[in-house]
Amino acid sequence: MRLAAFDEMLPEVSGLRRPYLAYDRWLKEQDPARLTEKMQDAERVFRKTGITFAVYGEQEASERLIPFDIVPRIISGNEWRRLTQGIEQRVQALNAFLDDIYHRQEILRAGRVPRELIAKNEAFLPEMIGVRPPAGVYTHIIGVDIVRISEDEFYVLEDNARTPSGVSYMLENRETMMQLFPELFQKIKVRPVENYPQLLRQSLAAVRPQSTKGAPTIAVLTPGSFNSAYFEHAFLADQMGVQLVEGQDLRVVDGHVAMRTTEGYKQIDVLYRRVDDSFLDPLTFRPDSALGIPGIMDVYRAGNITIANAPGTGIADDKAIYSYMPEIVEFYTGRKAILGNIPTWRCSEPDSLKYVLEHIHELVIKEVHGSGGYGMLVGPAATKKECEAFAKKLAAKPSNYIAQPTLALSTCPILTDKGLAPRHVDLRPYVLVSDRIQIVPGGLTRVALKEGSLVVNSSQGGGTKDTWVLDD
Amino acid sequence: MLLGRTANGLYWMNRYIERAENMARLVDAGLRMALTRTQSASEEWNSVLLSAGADVAFKQKYSDYTAANVADFLLRDTSNPSSTMSSIETARNNARMVRTALTRETWESINEAWMALKRMLAKPIDERDLPTVLDAIKRETALIRGSFYGTMLRNEIFDFSQLGTYVERADNTARILDVKYYVLLPSISWVGSTLDNYQWESILRSVSAHRSYRWVYDADYKPTNIADYLILNVRMPRSLTFCYRFLAEHLKFLGDDYGERHACHATAEKTQTMLRAGSIKDIFDAGLHEFLANFIRDNTRLGDEIAQDYRFY
Repeated sequence: MRLAAFDEMLPEVSGLRRPYLAYDRWLKEQDPARLTEKMQDAERVFRKTGITFAVYGEQEASERLIPFDIVPRIISGNEWRRLTQGIEQRVQALNAFLDDIYHRQEILRAGRVPRELIAKNEAFLPEMIGVRPPAGVYTHIIGVDIVRISEDEFYVLEDNARTPSGVSYMLENRETMMQLFPELFQKIKVRPVENYPQLLRQSLAAVRPQSTKGAPTIAVLTPGSFNSAYFEHAFLADQMGVQLVEGQDLRVVDGHVAMRTTEGYKQIDVLYRRVDDSFLDPLTFRPDSALGIPGIMDVYRAGNITIANAPGTGIADDKAIYSYMPEIVEFYTGRKAILGNIPTWRCSEPDSLKYVLEHIHELVIKEVHGSGGYGMLVGPAATKKECEAFAKKLAAKPSNYIAQPTLALSTCPILTDKGLAPRHVDLRPYVLVSDRIQIVPGGLTRVALKEGSLVVNSSQGGGTKDTWVLDD
Repeated sequence: MLLGRTANGLYWMNRYIERAENMARLVDAGLRMALTRTQSASEEWNSVLLSAGADVAFKQKYSDYTAANVADFLLRDTSNPSSTMSSIETARNNARMVRTALTRETWESINEAWMALKRMLAKPIDERDLPTVLDAIKRETALIRGSFYGTMLRNEIFDFSQLGTYVERADNTARILDVKYYVLLPSISWVGSTLDNYQWESILRSVSAHRSYRWVYDADYKPTNIADYLILNVRMPRSLTFCYRFLAEHLKFLGDDYGERHACHATAEKTQTMLRAGSIKDIFDAGLHEFLANFIRDNTRLGDEIAQDYRFY
């Protein structure tokens, strides 16, 4: 089944869209052979720099590049303003929800979110009940996945409120584009994204523990150089000018978290952790974790370290909670959500399950706790056999799944051997929360490189594009 | 401020870069010997393996000392942890780990060396291509060194890197000498037979010093001069004295920066003083082999002390 999708550059009905006018003019003047060459240059740059990611379970290809497409995805200033209003509102609601859910749980008392959805949820950390993080911020760095289906319709696909990745690609993609096509950036005013690391650093410094004396010491916590996102961890630490630490470098000394340096142990005030909750503290969570720091949760509860994002934020971006986001936004902000949700069937509800099983060929079905595009079924693209097999899994454990209509995600052209060709895209802007909310004008555009495919995840053959927000 | 783990990564990254290159140099010297003296070729390859510290592992795998087997084992065999391929891989893994401490140029030169050598050493090396491969290895490591010296700030990061380079290099030079110490002993031959001449040249070649030797000493190879050059010469970049001059210097920088002296300072200074005061005659009189064995042991201890004093683990 082919979906008739809205193309962001050249929609069938209305012709070339405004944000792409200047780019299109430039593109028409280019020699196709030169563009192909530039494409290869880009790949060389990425390989040389070592901007790679690891794919689990593939021995030989253990370091791969995420394919990069040289046609930018362009968003007008107006479109961006609308998006940012919606994102800000959503991010406020997410933090308010987290604060509430770990304290008074008013939203549960009001019956807007079912109690059992929280209590039985693995992403809910009882250890966080009654804990108020420094500056009251729970989720400091958020990557909201947004899809578009027409000129005016944007939807939030996922709120990544735990440890969203990909921001290094946003930065490197821009860097690469500026190296390849400097003249384009002279012709077209694109809003800069380069200051993200500085903003991140300021944002983290602003949420330091109250007890911190002087400038806070910040560190990025990585699971190690074999992690799939290690490049990004190193990149961010480097760009921020802070230490990149592993669990083995840290220990609790005199009620503070400290890192082992060549001159002894030095206190850390803010930890930007890229390690999952369950690995954070073997004394509190998984005892077999070698990635974490024994006792860090005690330091945290005593208010002596900021952990960004806070432990337990996963309860806010859980796929089962997702379907309640319109209610959550309204509950905490007092206004209707500016950015909509994709209609979602909760398979835990019998009526929904019945509908989903009957319409399995039309729907996208996801595991509630899954990520990375694994464990999902895209009904229209699946064979009859695959659908039947999936239906069995679904019927066996319905509460493990949600279903959504197969949306015709907007497309954007990519450069192929045969010239430009439309491919489906999504968008992940990055949001920083401290005493204010900042959204860098841009984000990561992921693109499904296979014709007709709707799966944009890098682990499943997706690529990326530079994302331009016009200064118009 | 530097993490202990990062200091450790920098130290080993540089030891392995040095080692990757040393393997190529050893094979190069062995190859030259084998080409000029086919009769004692297997003996020569055996001393190459001894110098590389790889003789036991080699014998478990091969029974023939041929150029192809030795070159394969020392250059591309990943089951040999000290082969050029293993070394460059370990160096890169360490570089990845300490990436935030390296300039972009340094990281890229290591990454590119790894990519180039991985490609080049993917398949067994045709003997005819061996000289090309050896050149490529030396060129890649030279590029790393060039980027490193050209772009790195001279701070603690630089110091720990240099410590790795010179501990490894001193160990390598001492081992090369120790494997061949008997051909340098005056009691065997003062005159120098043809065989001795080849042996002496081979020693110099394994430290890339066969040309520079002639700039410093007579055109003729003399064992005492060769030993003097590799042990005591202050200006020869692979001599033990040269290595210890820099080891002591970088340790002093660290001691001054941190305002603290450790056991490793005393150990390095002791060896440096011993080298400074020594004459080659004294060393020969006391026994060259004993001298080298002691040196290797102390050098290893210095490495252990550095790791401990600066909290590598």
